[in-house]
Amino acid sequence: MKSIADIKAIKEKMQSEIIMRDNKDSDEIRVVVGMATCGISAGARPVYNTLVDEVLKRNLTNVKISRTGCLGMCKLEPIVEVYAPNQEKVTYCHVNPEKAVNIVVNHLVNGNVCTDYLVGTEE
Amino acid sequence: MRELSLNVLDIAENSFKAKAKTVEVSIIQSGNVLTISIKDDGVGMDEEFLKRVVDPFTTTRTTRKVGMGIPLFKMVAEQSGGTFDITSEVGVGTTVTATFMIDNVDRPPLGDIADTIVSMIGNLGDSELIFNFQAFGESFTLDTNEVKRELENIPINTPEILVFLRDMINENIKTNCRGVSL
Repeated sequence: MKSIADIKAIKEKMQSEIIMRDNKDSDEIRVVVGMATCGISAGARPVYNTLVDEVLKRNLTNVKISRTGCLGMCKLEPIVEVYAPNQEKVTYCHVNPEKAVNIVVNHLVNGNVCTDYLVGTEE
Repeated sequence: MRELSLNVLDIAENSFKAKAKTVEVSIIQSGNVLTISIKDDGVGMDEEFLKRVVDPFTTTRTTRKVGMGIPLFKMVAEQSGGTFDITSEVGVGTTVTATFMIDNVDRPPLGDIADTIVSMIGNLGDSELIFNFQAFGESFTLDTNEVKRELENIPINTPEILVFLRDMINENIKTNCRGVSL
C-alpha cells in the first residue's frame, strides 16, 4: 500500500525537472475551474481531476490548474477558463471529463481553441 | 449534490475562504452512523451571523445574495435521519458537523472522497489540510504538513503529487472499508 514514504522517490525523480519548470514561466498556461456550490453540483470535481490526469499524462509542465469561485453564470457550469500567454481569455462552459480531455489535447497542446464548447456557442 | 463528498468539498471551501491555517476533515463510520465534520481555525462568525448561516439567502459574497452550500448540507443530513450542527467563534474558527443514518434510503453515497481531498490539496495555498477517515475500526490520516515536509521545495499541487495522493487515499480507504462503499 502506498504511504507518505513513497513521496521520496517521486521527489528525487522530479527534482531535476523542477529547475526546468522554473525557467519557463513566460509560456505558462493557467487553467481555472469554477468550483463554488454551483460548479461542484454541476460536475466540476471530475473535470478538475481529469485535467490533472491529462496534464500529467502529457507532461505539460507549463500548465497550472487552479480553482475559482462562482462566476455568476451558474447555469453554464462547469466552467473552465484558459489563460494562455498572448491570447485572449477563453471561457468553456458545460464542460465534462470528455470535453476536458479535448480541451487539453486541442487547446493546451496544439493551441486550437475548442470553439464548440465556448460560452457563446453553447448558449 | 449527488455525493456527500461533494458537500464536503463545498463546505471546506468556506474554511479556506475564512483564512484558516489548518482545516480538518474527518469522516467517521460507527455502526449505522456516519459523521462528517469540517473544522477550521479561520476568522469565525459572530453569533448573529451564525444564526442566519443556514438560511440560503445568507452569504458573505457581495456580488450575489444567495449561498446554498450550508443549507444544502443541512438538508441532506436531516432528510437522511441525521443531524446538523455548526459552531463558531470569532477569532477561533468554525466547526460544521453532520451525521447521517447509513441505511437511510435518502442518504446519498459518500462517493469519491479521494477526488474531493485532492481537489482541496490542489488549491491549498499556505493552508494545511488534515484528513481523517475511520471505518470498521480502522483509521487513516493524511496530513499535508507531513507531505510538504517530505516534498521540501516541490509544490504539493503538482500533478504528479496529486495523482499519487489520490491513489494513496483510495487504496487506504478501500482497505479500511473492506470493499464496502459507504
